[in-house]
Amino acid sequence: MKQFTGQALSWDVNGSVIQLALHREPCNELGSLALKEFEKFVSSLDALEETSHALIIYSELKSGFCAGADLRELYTRSRSMEKSSAVEGVRDFLERIHRVLNRIDSASLTTVAAVHGVTFGGGFELALVCDLIIADKTARFCFPELRLGLIPGFGGIPRLKRDLGNAVVRDLLLTGRSFNATKAQQIGLVSQVVGEGEALRVARATAAQLGKFDRQTAIIAKKFIKPIPYEDLRREIDIFCELFSRPAVEEGLKQFVESTDAQPYLP
Amino acid sequence: MPLDYNERMPAAEKTLDEILALAAAHFKVPREKLAPDDDFFKSLGIDSLQTLDLLTKLENHFHIELPDYELQGVSDFRTLAGKIQARL
Repeated sequence: MKQFTGQALSWDVNGSVIQLALHREPCNELGSLALKEFEKFVSSLDALEETSHALIIYSELKSGFCAGADLRELYTRSRSMEKSSAVEGVRDFLERIHRVLNRIDSASLTTVAAVHGVTFGGGFELALVCDLIIADKTARFCFPELRLGLIPGFGGIPRLKRDLGNAVVRDLLLTGRSFNATKAQQIGLVSQVVGEGEALRVARATAAQLGKFDRQTAIIAKKFIKPIPYEDLRREIDIFCELFSRPAVEEGLKQFVESTDAQPYLP
Repeated sequence: MPLDYNERMPAAEKTLDEILALAAAHFKVPREKLAPDDDFFKSLGIDSLQTLDLLTKLENHFHIELPDYELQGVSDFRTLAGKIQARL
């Protein structure tokens, strides 16, 4: 499928560049709907890879790239079932989203996340799957999961460990603090910081440049320098499910979902 | 040698003034409608996502890093200016 328009995301192909746009209000939360549409995208990826050399993932919403997992959906669904069923439901969701993200991570395309605004939790993890992150100066990154009594569940820690030193990973994870694009570039996560509203344009220009290189060389180079940390990713799902079964998590989710505080994202 | 109170004040006032000007321009609120002790959530009419946007703007403007947990419970411009001043 060369083109798709869904409720959470859409994609098309411009020349040999696939452009995947996120566009679900309020800030592209990743729930069951987005997951289904991502699965549709991934099932089209074999065919798309035949004629494309790059993939750009970006958001059409002003609020940001992606605020992460849909915690409201998670809370509502979990509350309506027995604890053991809720944990199984979460495990199933994680297995499915890991399959999607691992497939994008290992795509024989050069992948670029063009991010702005809120790039939190699962949104940050989606960006980390990509080979390059281009951020506009409004971008803000964060792993807030620890305040809910959880760890990131969409591959965040294994992929941070792949890219960064352990001390930086500990800082980002254990403090749960948010940080801006300049800091993200300083620590080596972001390859280019650009002006407000310029990330997609720069991502397109970067993709055009990458298209000049021999495709097979790019594929071999990517495989060599960007291994997929499968073992840690499996372990992450187990740890997440173990933590999710504790009452503290339900309480944390409840507090988050029911909060009318103007600063609910701030730990 | 640490600065005494009088030497510190002008810098703090300048920081406060810059925050008010930046917030007014970014959220399109007349500058004269903002006062140092205002609750910025109310006077700017901003939600949590816009608050993060403001934080990023301030970090970029002052070339500082301000962990968001330091802003927990901060809702007025003057206290915000104090937090920023401490990192300049």
